Amino acid sequence: MKIAISSKTESLSGEIDSRFGRCPYFAIYDSDTQSTDFVVNKAADATDGAGPAAVGQLAAAGINEIVSGDFGMKIKDLCSQLNIQLTIIKENLTIKEITDNFKSK
Amino acid sequence: MKIAIASGKGGTGKTFVSVNLFLTLRNMGLEAALIDCDAEAPNAMAFLPARLASETEIFEYRPVIDTEKCVFCGKCAEWCEYNAIICISPAKYIRMDESLCHGCAACNTACKYGAISDSQIVSGKKSVFEFDNDRCLAEGRTEIGIKSPVRVIKAITDNPFEKEYDYTILDSPPGTACPFMETVSKADLVLLVTEPTPFGLSDLKKAVNVLEMTGKPFGVIINRAGLGNHDVYDFLKEKDISLWGEIPFEREIAELCSEGKSIKDELPDIKRKFTELALKLEDYGNSRN
Repeated sequence: MKIAISSKTESLSGEIDSRFGRCPYFAIYDSDTQSTDFVVNKAADATDGAGPAAVGQLAAAGINEIVSGDFGMKIKDLCSQLNIQLTIIKENLTIKEITDNFKSK
Repeated sequence: MKIAIASGKGGTGKTFVSVNLFLTLRNMGLEAALIDCDAEAPNAMAFLPARLASETEIFEYRPVIDTEKCVFCGKCAEWCEYNAIICISPAKYIRMDESLCHGCAACNTACKYGAISDSQIVSGKKSVFEFDNDRCLAEGRTEIGIKSPVRVIKAITDNPFEKEYDYTILDSPPGTACPFMETVSKADLVLLVTEPTPFGLSDLKKAVNVLEMTGKPFGVIINRAGLGNHDVYDFLKEKDISLWGEIPFEREIAELCSEGKSIKDELPDIKRKFTELALKLEDYGNSRN
């Protein structure tokens, strides 16, 4: 299973980005290999519709779950159609803290 | 000659200047018309004895995706600047979000499989009004829920009248984004209305910046003169921008505006300011010919 986390930086020690559609990077955690990669959010600077475009990018990469500070109405609707689980984390945790939590599950 | 009355900031008095300049030009016996281009909130007609003469719907393109013909190649989504189409090839999923679509039809050009057909929605209304037995007033009004008023502004500024006018005033939408650009692009001259406050100056600078890029001739009208400070004047001097007129900050003007009235004989000093502005425009127009 692959989980995308909105990230402020390209580092495990960096924090989760509270914004979904316009976060600069996504941390992609693979629960099978327990490894984390970082990808650029191509929609970060989109004129419009950054959120749906980011979902498009993640869905094409086979993501099953997205973790972020919050999601807009368009995203909730779109992700339920695509069977992508959404998880909200309000605290400023680091990417490592979040992936460690997944590892211990 | 088309004159856009614009401003970076909202509430500087664009409609006030537009309506009174229009009335002054008409009183001088000149062929003048007025178009309210603030298509998201048009209200210039509220200040005039205007009678609705005609009303036409304005349409905007919307794509219709045929999922039977679609091969989920994602080309249309790639071409869409506004991310209105989301296509996820591996999942064979495609969706158009009506609220993000600007109606440019790029998706239709992108599709090589004939999976996108055309439809239209009503994006606004174009109305022409009669004033003084002449159909010389027009307004664009965007439908609620439409993403951008640009299409409506484009339609309303494309000669809505039955004849040509020597002076057409374009009462512009506030700001410096697409609606502003669409309006000023149709003008021969732009007059920016500002107020001598830090807020007025900050937004005036933005508008000046944009207009300098377009190379359009422009000048400034200072409304509520006497308020605030001298910084706007210093800025105009420094940038060598011509000051077309000043309208003083007076309670009587605000009272008339709040009642939806135009400046009439009871304020001779203000009336004279508008006459001076109209004469200056006449001179400017003549010097161009």
